[in-house]
Amino acid sequence: MKRLLLALLLALAALPASAIRPDEILSDPALETRARHLGKELRCLVCQNQSIDDSEADLARDLRKIVRERLVAGDSDPEIRRFLVARYGDFVRLDPPLRLATAVLWFGPAVMLALGLLGIVLFLRRRPASDVPALDEADRARIERVLAEDDKR
Amino acid sequence: MRWLYLAPVAIFAVVAGYFAVGLTRDPGTLPSALLNKPAPEFALPPLNPDKPGLATADLKGAPVLVNVWASWCVPCRAEHPILIRLAREVPVLGFNYKDKTEDARRFLAELGDPYAKIGTDPTGRAAIDWGVYGVPETFVVDAEGRIRHRHVGPLTDRVVAETIRPLLKSLAR
Repeated sequence: MKRLLLALLLALAALPASAIRPDEILSDPALETRARHLGKELRCLVCQNQSIDDSEADLARDLRKIVRERLVAGDSDPEIRRFLVARYGDFVRLDPPLRLATAVLWFGPAVMLALGLLGIVLFLRRRPASDVPALDEADRARIERVLAEDDKR
Repeated sequence: MRWLYLAPVAIFAVVAGYFAVGLTRDPGTLPSALLNKPAPEFALPPLNPDKPGLATADLKGAPVLVNVWASWCVPCRAEHPILIRLAREVPVLGFNYKDKTEDARRFLAELGDPYAKIGTDPTGRAAIDWGVYGVPETFVVDAEGRIRHRHVGPLTDRVVAETIRPLLKSLAR
C-alpha cells in the first residue's frame, strides 16, 4: 500500500514538467503568467504536437524568449499572437481561429455526430416494430386457461 | 430505398479520398506564411570579410535563391553539391543559421562555396522573421523581393527539376 502511494505521488510530481528553464522566467509574476498562457497555446514548429512551453527544441526556446521580450516591451497577447502568425501561419496556434479554411476542423466532429444520429433514427424508423403476429381470440383464451391451471396448483 | 445499399461504397470512397490526400502529404512540411509577400526587413553581417553580408535590398533586381544552412546541419551537407550546380544558373544567397564563424568557414572550405553573398544570423532572430523552423530551408525570391516558394529540408535533384527550376523559368519571363 505504501509503495503504491509513493508511486502515485511520484507520478503526480512528474505532471507539471515543462521545458521552461529557470533563467527564462520573468521576475514579474503577472507577465510570467501571461507568458505561460501564451506558451501553452503556441505550437512548437519542430515537434509539432507540443506547445512551446513543453518542447525542449531550440526554436521553442527562442519563441519563448520572444514571447517574454514582447511582453516586457508592453505588447498585448493578441499582438504577440499576430506577430507569430505573421511568420509561421495559423499553424503556430494550437487553438486555431475560425476561418473558412479551418471550418472543417471546427464543425467536422459535430457534423459527423449529426450524421450518425440521423443514421440511427432512420434505421430505427424503418425497422418493423415487431415480427411477432398479434394475439387472436383463441390465443387469449388459451393463455387464460393455462394461467388458471397454474393458479390452482 | 435501394440507393442506401450504395452508402457503404460512398463512405468508403470519402474515407479513401481523405487517406489518399492525407497520407501522401508530409505534415512536417509547412507552406510559408510569407508566400507571395515581400521578404522581411533584415540585415545580416558577412561571414567572410571578402564577401558581402545579406540584407533585404540584395533580394531585389533578379530572382534569387536564399538558402538557410548551418555547418552543424547534416542534410545541408547532402544538398550542398546541388547548390553548387544551381549557383551556375541563379544567384544563391547564403543565410548562415546559428553557426560558429570558424565552423561555417571550414564547411565551405571543405565542400565549396556556392554563395554569392553570405549573411550570418548567430541568434536565429532574422530566421524567425522568415518563418524558418529548421535547416536547411530554401526560399525562391522574385525580382521584386517577394517570397514565391519555400522548400523545407534538403534540396534534391527531383525538387530542383520539378519545382525550383520551372519556377525560376517562369519568374525570368
